Amino acid sequence: MATLNILIAVCLTYVALLFAVAFMAERAALQGRGNWLRSPWIYTLSLSVYCTAWTFYGAVGYAARSGLEYVTIYLGPSLVMVGWWWALRKMVRIGRTQRITSVADLISSRYGKSGLLAVCVTLLAVIGITPYISLQLQSVTLSFSSFATSDPGGIALMESHDTALWVAIGLALFTILFGTRNLDANERHHGVVMAIAVEAVVKLCALIAVGVFVVWGVAGGIGPMMERIDASEIGTWQMDGGRWVGLTFLSAAAFLTLPRMFQVLVVENEDERHLRTAAWAFPTYLMLMSLFVVPIAVVGLDLMPAGSNPDQFVLTVPLTQGQEGLAMLSFLGGFSSATSMVIVAAIALSTMVSNHIVMPIFLRLTQGGAGGPSDVRHVVIMARRLSIGLVLALGYLYYKISGGGTALAAIGLVSFAGLAQLLPAMMGGIFWRGATRNGAFAGLVVGFVLWTYCLLLPQFGNGLPPSVLEQGPWGIGWLRPQALFGIEGVDPLLHAVMWSLSLNTAFFILVSLVSFPSPLERLQGAQFVNIFERSGNPQSWKGGIAQSEDLMIMAQRILGPAEVQAFFQSEAARQGLAGFLPEPSPDFLARLERELSGAVGGATAHAMVAQIMGAASVSVEDLLAVADETAQMMEYSSQLEAKSNELTRTARQLRAANDKLTQLSVQKDAFLSQISHELRTPMTSIRAFSEILRDAEGLKPEDLTRYASIIHAEAIRLTRLLDDLLDLSVLENGQVSLNLRDGRLSDVIAHAIAAAGSDMHPLRVRRVGPAEGIFLTTDLDRLAQVFINLIANAQKYCDAPRPELTIAVTRREGRILVDFIDNGAGIPPESQGMIFEKFYRISDRQAGGAGLGLAICREIMDRLGGTLGYLPGQGGAAFRVSLPVAQRMAAQ
Amino acid sequence: MTDTMTDKASPLFLERRSYRQRRLMDAARLLPVLAALLWLVPLLWPRSAAQAEAAGAATVTSSSAILYIFGVWTLLAVIAFVLSLTMDIKPDTPTDRGL
Repeated sequence: MATLNILIAVCLTYVALLFAVAFMAERAALQGRGNWLRSPWIYTLSLSVYCTAWTFYGAVGYAARSGLEYVTIYLGPSLVMVGWWWALRKMVRIGRTQRITSVADLISSRYGKSGLLAVCVTLLAVIGITPYISLQLQSVTLSFSSFATSDPGGIALMESHDTALWVAIGLALFTILFGTRNLDANERHHGVVMAIAVEAVVKLCALIAVGVFVVWGVAGGIGPMMERIDASEIGTWQMDGGRWVGLTFLSAAAFLTLPRMFQVLVVENEDERHLRTAAWAFPTYLMLMSLFVVPIAVVGLDLMPAGSNPDQFVLTVPLTQGQEGLAMLSFLGGFSSATSMVIVAAIALSTMVSNHIVMPIFLRLTQGGAGGPSDVRHVVIMARRLSIGLVLALGYLYYKISGGGTALAAIGLVSFAGLAQLLPAMMGGIFWRGATRNGAFAGLVVGFVLWTYCLLLPQFGNGLPPSVLEQGPWGIGWLRPQALFGIEGVDPLLHAVMWSLSLNTAFFILVSLVSFPSPLERLQGAQFVNIFERSGNPQSWKGGIAQSEDLMIMAQRILGPAEVQAFFQSEAARQGLAGFLPEPSPDFLARLERELSGAVGGATAHAMVAQIMGAASVSVEDLLAVADETAQMMEYSSQLEAKSNELTRTARQLRAANDKLTQLSVQKDAFLSQISHELRTPMTSIRAFSEILRDAEGLKPEDLTRYASIIHAEAIRLTRLLDDLLDLSVLENGQVSLNLRDGRLSDVIAHAIAAAGSDMHPLRVRRVGPAEGIFLTTDLDRLAQVFINLIANAQKYCDAPRPELTIAVTRREGRILVDFIDNGAGIPPESQGMIFEKFYRISDRQAGGAGLGLAICREIMDRLGGTLGYLPGQGGAAFRVSLPVAQRMAAQ
Repeated sequence: MTDTMTDKASPLFLERRSYRQRRLMDAARLLPVLAALLWLVPLLWPRSAAQAEAAGAATVTSSSAILYIFGVWTLLAVIAFVLSLTMDIKPDTPTDRGL
């Protein structure tokens, strides 16, 4: 009982440690201190999710049954890693430039962002991986019971608690916590990767410790160990050549196609150069993992009573030798293997399920991104979390239904064979331009059907009736699942792998050859295959009609406002435009789509942009670029293109400047007539009334007072106008002296609200933002003047039936942002560029002022080192005041 | 798109250093082929005592099989390590052109 309790305590401590490690890594990454998180060593160690509990415990069992055959499972990945220059480098480059989020995303993006293919791959992955997850649950349960049997009272405890259920719940919790923290645009999970790296070290140390104990502690050195190996029942080379080659190939294929491997290899990759380190470090890791497997198996066969489970030798050998501490370490190693596999597999599968099944359905139900609920991000994250729960629940259910028997042990290779069906579509996709969607679909379906029929169903006893196995369906002999086309006597696994993969490839190539791809497919194909030659964008959108503002609203719901505003601003700057709204050029749209696909997958992002843009189109130039390959042509056209791009940019800037000049000239005329009008009106009445006072006789005293006060009021109006003009000219000439003081931002805002007379006005003011308490060193009166003006503007122009103004304060990248957002109709796009000009008034209604307020405010903000701008896409008129951090720091 | 497509036609001769880099890439490409060939050698070993007798050779013991397979593995890791030290890849330049 005591050991089992200690074991549970150790186990819980270990889990707590993992939580702490993941938490710290996340924090470090958030604070930008995470440079060490991006080291190639962490990357290499994270690849070790390949070594699951099936390899940790199972390899020894495998060796005890069939000698050295187990190494094939590690040889394949070693070959792939060493040959990174062939396939992995290309996959990683594609994954990074195209923002690929999963293996399903890779295949669907390559074949024209096909939703159908993505669903197929997702289903195949779920069917293939679920049993594998239940295998991990089983291995943890089994290792617990290995301890329990050596411990009186432990068995009772084991029976009263459902270990697998607790493990599944714990893992789901961990994965949800660290796997869906953020909807990062590039889908990296520092916390998870760090935890996986720690687990990689633990499992390697555990296996090596047991190995060292067995070789030097039990056998007495290397020489005696070798003699003992040769004397054992697995002492001679008895390898079936076909299985040797076949299994090596299968493991190499699975290494590339398993969703969890794709996740750590491609999606979590920080830097292409990490591959260079992993190319030798990961094969070394695998070599060390498999080094002591045979010694442990041989000693286990010697020491343990006949009939004991060789899959548990890693645990039971130290236990029978009285090495409880070592057994505990070994248990932790197995536990690490199981948990890391389940965590990464659950993240990979949930990304696929949510991006390719849940999100498309959701988008269809809500009729798209633009009209849906306010924040699609919550939906995506919720979908991920539910999918993780679903995947683990499926794994647990499978474990319960299959009874956790020995049938599960075979699932490792069966699962490999299932996922290997993706290999033709994947490799064909990145190396062969001629591969088409139809071909990939046909190959996948054929491979999947054959795999199910020849391997999956026969493997699990009652899947097929015995008569079908022996005589074939309806007595057709050549359709027997384990002897297709009459070829008998082949190892069932090899038979299934050979037929499914070769027919898969054959159909893939054949259908690709005879079908014709859509333009988008051809474009994507060229992108993927020639990824090193040109890493440009697939220009699939035709801009012009689209509203950038709609795109911005949609993108904000998925990526969050801060990221999207920064992205739109930089895109606008790239086009040579100021403000937040770039022109919807094909370049910009392609980049936007790629940003989105980082969050929701390629096919969904494409569909979302399509909803706003109308149908996607491929321009003639794009097709020419794909079709025409001659070098001179390319060079010539690219030079032309560079020139014409340059010209387009200049023209765009010129056009903007010209528009502005025209408007300014109109404005200047308006200004002159305005100023003469503004000056003239009060002048006229002053003149008229003063003439009355001078000439008329016998005026009543109250008339006298009335006329005098009219003259007085008009004089005040004149003074105010002249004050404003003077203020503006002082500010513009930079002659203003600032009265710098310390003060709290919230006080300035409160003062502005009071001074604007908000108590009397129907406009409701709402203040949000925890950053309000910041201390500032600036000219507080001038800042308050800006705020008062913005509030007064909202009071004047907000036309909502229940007007409301939100003042939101945030801190971002060293700046303090104060947003004033009302719920009125906002400012029409054509006026947005002009509102900060002098005497500009949107309409002539409610001519409350001379149109100088915003011009003065902008000048003031310039003097204070900040900016004032219009923020589009917020559902009303929105102004952003931004102050630099230096003024805040000065106060601290 | 502009800057990646302005590549000149591939030059015929390269500097000594770039030439060395290209050959290292070739080596990196060939390494898995070498590994696969070496690991295919076990297929030639006799599988049973009868086969061994017919070929006039002794059966291969597990210990020597282990030495061979893990020896190849270590060799492979060492070569890959040396290659990774000498090869410098720049992630954003097209490297697949020219000789």
